[in-house]
Amino acid sequence: MAHKGKVSEVQVILPRPLLALFPEAQAEVKISANTVAAVIAALDARWPGMKSRLCDETPNIRRHLAIFCNGARVELRSHLEDGDKIYVLTAVSGG
Amino acid sequence: MTTKVLLLLGTKKGAFIFESDRARSDWRLSGPYCAAWPINHVIADPETGVIYAGGGNPWFGPAVWKTTDFGANWTHSSEGLAHEEDETPVSSVWSLANGAGCLYAGVEPAGLFQSKDGGQSWSHVHGLRDHSTRPQWQPGGAGLILHSIVPHPNGKAIWVAMSAVGVFYSADEGKSWEPRNRGTRNDYAPAPDNYPEFGQCVHSLVMASGKPDRLYQQNHCGMYRTDDGGREWRSIESGLPSAFGFPAAAHPRDPDTLYLIPLNGDSIGRYMPDAKAAVWRTRDGGASWQDCRRGLPQSQAFFGVLRQAMSVDRLDPAGVYFGTNTGHLYASADEGDSWTCVIDSLPPVHSVETLVLES
Repeated sequence: MAHKGKVSEVQVILPRPLLALFPEAQAEVKISANTVAAVIAALDARWPGMKSRLCDETPNIRRHLAIFCNGARVELRSHLEDGDKIYVLTAVSGG
Repeated sequence: MTTKVLLLLGTKKGAFIFESDRARSDWRLSGPYCAAWPINHVIADPETGVIYAGGGNPWFGPAVWKTTDFGANWTHSSEGLAHEEDETPVSSVWSLANGAGCLYAGVEPAGLFQSKDGGQSWSHVHGLRDHSTRPQWQPGGAGLILHSIVPHPNGKAIWVAMSAVGVFYSADEGKSWEPRNRGTRNDYAPAPDNYPEFGQCVHSLVMASGKPDRLYQQNHCGMYRTDDGGREWRSIESGLPSAFGFPAAAHPRDPDTLYLIPLNGDSIGRYMPDAKAAVWRTRDGGASWQDCRRGLPQSQAFFGVLRQAMSVDRLDPAGVYFGTNTGHLYASADEGDSWTCVIDSLPPVHSVETLVLES
């Protein structure tokens, strides 16, 4: 459990189609954040524009993306713990 | 002087660039660009050669892509390209246009955005969004899209066209807007309600060369011309094989010359009439029409041409180009008199624009 004032250290795994849009980005990155929203803010700080690719203006995670934490789907407001493993996944779709 | 002609294509799977010389007989293809995203419109700034591509990806949302080196390197941005928090999110960029010192983007759901820093950041043109009729706007088959942006050369006035909303006009750089659809039909509504103030399914809108108040439109229900900036429209569809089609392209110098591609109607396939392909050309502002079909397939032409998928270049004689929803690209270097197939294996073509470079 995250303690008051302590920021969790989480591991984030980004999908290949997203990496294609940000050539400098890494497939796996360690982020200090207590929520999914904070993870995305940190990603955007490292690679400007990434938040717009992951979130719409409502604001929510984009409809055809999903973010999982330790195997469970999470939302922007979901809290994170030290050691959590966060996957950003693209939906199986297209044509 | 060396002349280079570029064709800028937006397709279902990326942007493509074709390059040729003044003869426009041999074309070299490059692409796909923009990470093979669905790209709805690609335009160039003729002053700088900067190329912009607007589209949207189902995973990652809308963006305007930009290259300053003719496709070698691209960046993308959607900073500010967003509706309000309580509204349906912007799904894609549908149209782009060069304005006076700015770049415009039309999006789905219908909205108009402006960039004054070369597409890096965008601001909403709120006047259109706040129009009193907006709650009643209805989507067409492609969604509620703002697909045509026609800035007046005076830098103040602008027309936009939305499906299925109609043509709107602003005289004050987008602060206030009014519908300009008088004279255009909505065949889906029974008389006497078939000429509404707004709600028409305009498919494309173009300006006649040198005559800013003369506009032509291809509508779901007819082809039209106005000579007073859209206050009154009159039908120019007599002599055409149908009242239905998508693109319109105005000649680069002659305001009386216009190109259309009528399809076989809106309910029986939306392909070439009798499966024989033709571009229809008027030289007299729509009073009469000639079918330009030499070199185009005259059998089994079961394709359509989407609303932004025909364009002209500014050379003399003008080149005319169109791409099909079956991935063909046709080119004419003689103002439509004859045609050649440049390629027959692209993804569905959403848009075609041109850039002529002389050095």
